[in-house]
Amino acid sequence: MPRLGLDVDQYLRTQVLPTVWCPGCGNGNTVEGLATAFARMDVDPTQVVVVGGIGCSGRTPFYVKTNAMHTTHGRALAYATGLKMAQPKLTVVVTMGDGDALAIGGNHFIHAARRNIDLTVILYNNGIYGMTGGQEAPTTPLGSRTTTSLTGSIERTFDTVEIALAAGATYVARTTTFDMQEIPLRIEEAITHPGFAVVEVLSQCPTYYGRLNQIGDTTDMLVWERDRTEGLPVKMANRQELLGELKTGVFRNEKSVEFTKAYSDLCARVGGSYGLS
Amino acid sequence: MSPTPGANKQRLVMGNEAVALGAIAGGCDFFAGYPITPATEILEEMGKMLPARGGVFLQMEDELSAIAAVIGAAWGGAVAMTATSGPGFSLMQENLGYASITQTPCVIVDAQRGGPSTGLPTLASQGDVMQARFGSHGDRPTLVITASSVNDCYESTALAFRMARKHRLPVVLLIDAVVAHMREPVELPPPPPPQKASYPKIEEDTPRFGDVPFVPFGHGPVTVVTGLSHQANGLAETQRGVHTEQMMRTTIQNILSDPEIRRSWVSAYQLDDAEIAIAAYGITARSAREAVDVLREDGIKAGLLDLKVLWPFPNQILRETADKVSMIVVPELNLGQIVLPLKAAVEGRAEVHSLNLADGTLLTPEDIAEFSAKQRKSTKEAANA
Ligand SMILES: Cc1ncc(C[n+]2csc(CCOP(=O)(O)OP(=O)(O)O)c2C)c(N)n1
Ligand code: SF4
Ligand SMILES: [Mg+2]
Repeated sequence: MPRLGLDVDQYLRTQVLPTVWCPGCGNGNTVEGLATAFARMDVDPTQVVVVGGIGCSGRTPFYVKTNAMHTTHGRALAYATGLKMAQPKLTVVVTMGDGDALAIGGNHFIHAARRNIDLTVILYNNGIYGMTGGQEAPTTPLGSRTTTSLTGSIERTFDTVEIALAAGATYVARTTTFDMQEIPLRIEEAITHPGFAVVEVLSQCPTYYGRLNQIGDTTDMLVWERDRTEGLPVKMANRQELLGELKTGVFRNEKSVEFTKAYSDLCARVGGSYGLS
Repeated sequence: MSPTPGANKQRLVMGNEAVALGAIAGGCDFFAGYPITPATEILEEMGKMLPARGGVFLQMEDELSAIAAVIGAAWGGAVAMTATSGPGFSLMQENLGYASITQTPCVIVDAQRGGPSTGLPTLASQGDVMQARFGSHGDRPTLVITASSVNDCYESTALAFRMARKHRLPVVLLIDAVVAHMREPVELPPPPPPQKASYPKIEEDTPRFGDVPFVPFGHGPVTVVTGLSHQANGLAETQRGVHTEQMMRTTIQNILSDPEIRRSWVSAYQLDDAEIAIAAYGITARSAREAVDVLREDGIKAGLLDLKVLWPFPNQILRETADKVSMIVVPELNLGQIVLPLKAAVEGRAEVHSLNLADGTLLTPEDIAEFSAKQRKSTKEAANA
């Protein structure tokens, strides 16, 4: 796919493949996108740490051949904050699921964005808790069936982009696993961006979300994803009520004072040398 | 103005301030925390000192993130610490387990206050003894150090850092509201100049986990860190956790045989000819020391075993003590915690009597002396009956 003549495999930890993920899961597309972004940027893997939370998507650090830190459920951003502050020259990418980032870890998401610390978040939004078997997430589209909302979710749905914008993230983008060519481009922009950057990737969980909502197979889910993000009518029956219109693209890309830089200045004011010139 | 030679270099220092100074002496260059009584001054002191030393000070959004940031920082090469009290310590338990399984060196201070829940926020307690050992899910190696004076706060914190770095584990410094807030005249060495920790060079096939030195990210080829049970190369082992079990057993053995731990485990006072041993720790050991004097004035040969390291519990020392005395009194500001492993260690070699108080106030020397004398009397009466 979007390899563009690059050696993407050098950034994949092939010894642990195949992944634990189900056939047709969207996570592989995003990992491919991340490895492609690394290849495009020709990063030194020893100077990169991919920090993951807990969930299917949280396993990403195992599959990308950089330093890896697979942390606890919801706390990946807090780990990453300490890591980045301790060694500000490292490139730190944080991979989290929607439940991981916005339910149990919602507070850390908001505060990391508020600080505008130079971290890149890749948020795999499959609208469900995949790893624990398909329970409702804060991102579950209204009316969707999950194992904890079998008659359709009555909870209002979180919008990652709106939360990230409101909390102060300085780069915010949304793409989908349907748009595989776009994923590495957004990730590259996010990593290059000097500040808190969020790339939400709408992703398919055919095993739970797809099956419980009769969307069909992986292809149908990808088409659903495309239609959902383009506001087009959807071909599957009874899907209309699930389809809040979601836009993709870059919603914010602006520079503001980055946290490690602000901290470095603070140290300098009181006579300390933090090591960032 | 330089001090006159021979002049008293002592100054009044608060326990929490001594913890902060002990941390700096132990090489600490990263602190993340969240305010809570009675630990807040540690946060504030670190916030004053670290930026001027080029270290990192972070006030996080809660205690979950404070300890997570500390662990992340350790993997970034920092020598890191957080400080809290019971409610925050409870929030840290899950990530404390993560630090254990990933063999991450770091220090956690718990200045205990009255509980459960918000309880008695400004008053002392020793209610977290078991939480410090068993609070995190799963079993794991633990090292829990106490302090009963301001000078101890300094020494114990520095010791906690030496042990955390040597044995690659989270070390808990367990103090209480009174030790944290009391001021005593002490003479402490000036803080050492800032120095980044150095790490050995690793190669692709160097084991990252097990009985090997800690090497953070960015100091060699890539490393995989996970809270899943893992092999020496960091990759997960999901069918059987043999490596993790082995790592935990080895760490426990290494701590048990560490000469510094063996030296620091207890500090004895008037114990040589004692018939009653009082085993106490933290602020209660201060009262117990005076209780020993009170009892001796009344002709009762008492002695103190100040437990400086609670976990691992000094089983052998307690057994030897029990062989020499007829009775061990265990005063604690809780409903009876350290007395449990103590009884198990003693195995009936001596009588063990628990004296407990959990209302936020302190056991006075008189309380402890009176209780000890009373227990001694009823034992004698029972023997004569
Ligand atoms: C403290 C804690 N609570 C609950 C769990 C169980 N758990 C593991 S993954 C997960 C949810 C995963 O959902 P999401 O973050 O959306 O990731 P996905 O699997 O969908 O990629 C939960 C609840 C846990 N590991 N830790
Ligand atoms: S459960 Fe869903 S999210 Fe998890 S691996 Fe399977 S398809 Fe992917
Ligand atoms: Mg999910």
